Formats: sequence, C-alpha cells, structure tokens
Amino acid sequence: MTTATPTPTAGRLRRPVGDGLVLVAREVARLKAEPGQIVAALIFPVVMVVLFGYVFGSAIQVPGGGDYREYLMPGLFAMVTFTAVQGVMTRTAADASQGVTDRIRSMPTARLAVPFGQTGADSLIGLPLLAIMVVTGLLVGWQPHRGAISTAEAFLLIVLLRYALGWVGVYLGLVVKDEQTAAQLVPLFLPVTMLSNAFVPTDGMPAWLRFVADWNPVSAITAAARDLFGNPGVRSAHPAWPMEHPVAAVLICSVALLIVFVPLSARTHARRGR
Amino acid sequence: MTDPIVLAEGLNKSFGDTRALRGLDLGVPEGTICGVLGPNGAGKTTAVRILATLSAPDAGHARVAGYDVVRQAGRVRERIGLAGQFAAVDEKLTGRANLRMFGRLCHLPRREAHRRADDLLERFGLADAADRRVAGYSGGMRRRLDLITCLIQRPDVLFLDEPTTGLDPRSRTEIWDAVRALVADGTTVLLTTQYLDEADRLADDIAVVDHGRVIATGAPDELKAAIGDSLDVVLEDPGALRPAASVLHGLAGTDPTMTGADRLSVPLPGGAFRLADVVRELDRAGVVAADVRLRRPTLDEVFLRLTDSLAAPFADSEESVR
Repeated sequence: MTTATPTPTAGRLRRPVGDGLVLVAREVARLKAEPGQIVAALIFPVVMVVLFGYVFGSAIQVPGGGDYREYLMPGLFAMVTFTAVQGVMTRTAADASQGVTDRIRSMPTARLAVPFGQTGADSLIGLPLLAIMVVTGLLVGWQPHRGAISTAEAFLLIVLLRYALGWVGVYLGLVVKDEQTAAQLVPLFLPVTMLSNAFVPTDGMPAWLRFVADWNPVSAITAAARDLFGNPGVRSAHPAWPMEHPVAAVLICSVALLIVFVPLSARTHARRGR
Repeated sequence: MTDPIVLAEGLNKSFGDTRALRGLDLGVPEGTICGVLGPNGAGKTTAVRILATLSAPDAGHARVAGYDVVRQAGRVRERIGLAGQFAAVDEKLTGRANLRMFGRLCHLPRREAHRRADDLLERFGLADAADRRVAGYSGGMRRRLDLITCLIQRPDVLFLDEPTTGLDPRSRTEIWDAVRALVADGTTVLLTTQYLDEADRLADDIAVVDHGRVIATGAPDELKAAIGDSLDVVLEDPGALRPAASVLHGLAGTDPTMTGADRLSVPLPGGAFRLADVVRELDRAGVVAADVRLRRPTLDEVFLRLTDSLAAPFADSEESVR
C-alpha cells in the first residue's frame, strides 16, 4: 500500500549523533541571526567583572590577604557556568510552547537527539563566553599561577559542570513547557549563585547559611577553580567536605547530575503526554 | 481498495476526570481528504495527537499507513507529517533554513534536503521570502511554511490540526489551495476544523465529532441530504415573527431558528409539503412574507442538528423562538 522511503541502514548511534548535530547547528544559526544577543551574552560577564571587581572589591578585604579581583574571578567563572541552566531551560521551554518539540517528536528524529542537541549547543556557546571572561580577567589583574596543566584542569572542570547543568536545564524546560514561566524562573537563579563563596568567604555567615553555602555546588566549582588557578581563597578551620575536596566534589556533582538528568530528560522528552 | 490508510478503533483517552475520547472510530481511505469536524473540546486534537504518535490511547488502537501508532510509532513517524495549531517553526531562522533543518531531522541526505526545501518554497509561493527570517512573515506565510515543513519527507498521510484557525480569508484560501495540490499528488489528508465551510470545500468525507465520539460520517452532500432541505422565510414585518414561527412549527413539526431580525429557517423532512402550502398557511395567519425559499441546508445546520440531538433539547438553544 505504501512505499517506504529508503532508510539507510546505519549504525544505531549514527542517528542520534547526526540528528543532535543538526540541532546544534540550529542553535548556532539562531545566534548568528541575532548578533545582538551574542554581544549581550558576551557583555554580561564583562559587566560582572567590572561591577563586582571594582564596586564590591573596593569595600571587601580578602581575609588572609590577596587581591579581591583574583579572589573574585573563580566565583564569576562559576556564576557564568550556572547560567547554562537558565539558558537551556528557556530555549527548551520555548520549543515546547511553540510546538517545535511536538513537531520533532512526530518526525523520525532520534529521541535522544533533542536534549543532546540542546546541551551540546549550550556547551559550544559556553566556550566563547569562557574565553571573553578569561581575557577580561587578565585585563583586571587576575591570572592562573599554577601552570598550564592545573589551569587546563580548571577549565575542563568548568566545561564538564556546564554540560551537566545543561541537562538540568533541559529537564526544567520540558517540565515547565512554557516560555513565560521559564522567564519568570530565571531571576531565582541569582540568589542561588550568590548563596556561595563566589563573592565573599562563607566564614562570616550564620551557621545554617554557611552550611548551605558550603554545600552549594557553586562553592565547589569556585573553590576548585581557586585551588587550580592558585588564586587567593581562605581555608577556614572546620571546612565542610566539598570545601576540603572541591575538585572531587565538582566531579561527583557533575556525574551525579548526568546520571540523574540524562535519563530523566530523555524519558520526559520521549514520553507521550497530552 | 484495501484497508483505510488511517484506521482508528475505539480510541479512549482521559486527562484526569476529563474524558477527551470515548470510543472514537475513524477510517480514512487512501488519497482522500477527511475532515474531522467538531466544536472546541470535542476531542479532535487529542485524536490527531494519538494518530501522530504524540500521545498514547488509554484503550483502543489505531493504524496509520499500515503500522500501529503505539507499537510501531517509529515506522508511523517515517510516513506522516503533522501541522499543529501553531506554526511550529523556528522564528529566528529563515524559511529555507527551517525546511533544511527539518529535512535533515527526517534523515534526508543533505543535498536532498536542500533540493526538497527549494522545490517546496518555489511550489508554494515562498521562494521570495525564503531567505528572510520567519519572525518577519505574515500569519498566512507562516502557516504555509508550517504546512510545507510537513511535506519535507513526502508523507503518505498528513495531519492538519485546524490549519487555518486565526487566518484571514485570503490566507485561508491559499492554505486550501495548497492542501488540494497535495491530495492531487496522492497524499492522504486528515484535517480537523471548526469551520464548516472549510470541511465543506475541502473534504471528501466528514466525520462529525462531539464529546469524544464520531456522531456522523459521510460526504458533505450526504450529511446535508440526511437532514433534508431547509425552508427560509423572510418577513415584511419583523413583528410577525411569533405567528410566523407558529405556522412553521405546525408545518414542520419542529421549532424554527431565527436567522436574522426578520427571518426564520426550519428544516424540512424530505418532501413534507410544497412551497405553495407554506405561502397559503402564512397568509391564513395574516403574515406577509417577503421571500419564501427552499434551500439545501448548510453544513452549519447539519452540524447544529447533529450535536443538538445529543445534547440539550432544541428549545434551550439561544436562537430558537416561541
């Protein structure tokens, strides 16, 4: 009755990867279509460096000595890393509310391609952001002190965590399903990043708040970056476990996020709903 | 002719307490346009979503192009196109980029995706706008792009969920032309609509859906014939509505519908009486008619009759008089 379109009999994995790359290319094309958005995205970290480095920095003393901007830069790397969640969430929710997700679901596109495409694209977008932050940091007097390998390790950790956080964003976007709701959630991310050691040491915080801040993954990536870059950062007398082993904490956190959110997002995307 | 290319049997689907589908049956022969007609909330979209593999039925089963929509969803997806109620295209990309992308996502080789995109843009009058971003398209252009996006993999069956809702008349005509052109190519189309003229003009067969069930099927003319002709009466004096309604009720056995300030319409069971009888009876009641006409019913009337007979008594209808 029907003549099947010839389907190439390729390996099982070629499909998801190929489809994922098509969707990565889509995100890149979208950015190209809106140069203003790229500029805005690139300016954000620069503004952060100037704002926090000079406005706050003029009043904050780094306990144990050291330049505040040296202290601050790892925190800003962490902050920008966490913007992956809101970025991916917003884009995923927009696709869901505009029917693009459903269109792709009704196509023979590989089920995993959409979340892989979204997170892959975000990682790609994250690279120039990271680069511009490094340049800005160098301009305001920050620099890595512990050699190329440690520096590379720090950036790899940042990229890994960003990728894992992208999956959280996909899941949230699929659950929220609505662009406006997603936009309303975005301001909630700022307090989460502030509630950490990114901008100030946690020692002075009330005990309960300090507990939250020390276990916040934002603090882990900040502390790990400070260690690996050799930037000032004070170790208090009784640190929480993630503060004592920040690199391990970031690795565990990233892997745990991937283990939880990859299957969860894939299932939510493939699920037949209403 | 073999089995219908779209076949649904006893589809049931509930969302919480709401029963969206209650045993929906549907069959669409290959190469035809089936119009699924129903009011908002009748279950049209739910049915399309199940047939397009986006949603699974609670009970019942469906086959599209020979494959089960639940167990062989992947096969079904290789053979269908779906246009939902929104123009589901990426606004930030150009029309051409959208088509190429969706072509690639349907696993067309790159060159084929590009060629197919160019062909479709040309054929459906979007070639000039192809390299503009969709955000700058008019509503009609967007819908047309949405429609041809479904065609990128040459589907056997096309599902169009209210393809012209919210469009101006001219854009609507353009979409209709596009749909007709598709069927000329042998594509089977299932379209839902709440516009009766749309179903009337496009569909070979109509399935009237209400409360999650198909309550009538047939060609538009068959459906119209089934409820018989209508009698339209235009009065000289709008004040005479009541006596006129009374006369028509006496003749037809049902309450007439007010179709304007000075006009009434009543369905007539086939050949019940002649026009002359109507004029004489009206005259006897002292009603002066400016115009009395027998007329084929519109699909609107068919639809209202069908849905009313299942719902509240006709007298509750806000437009009925007497």
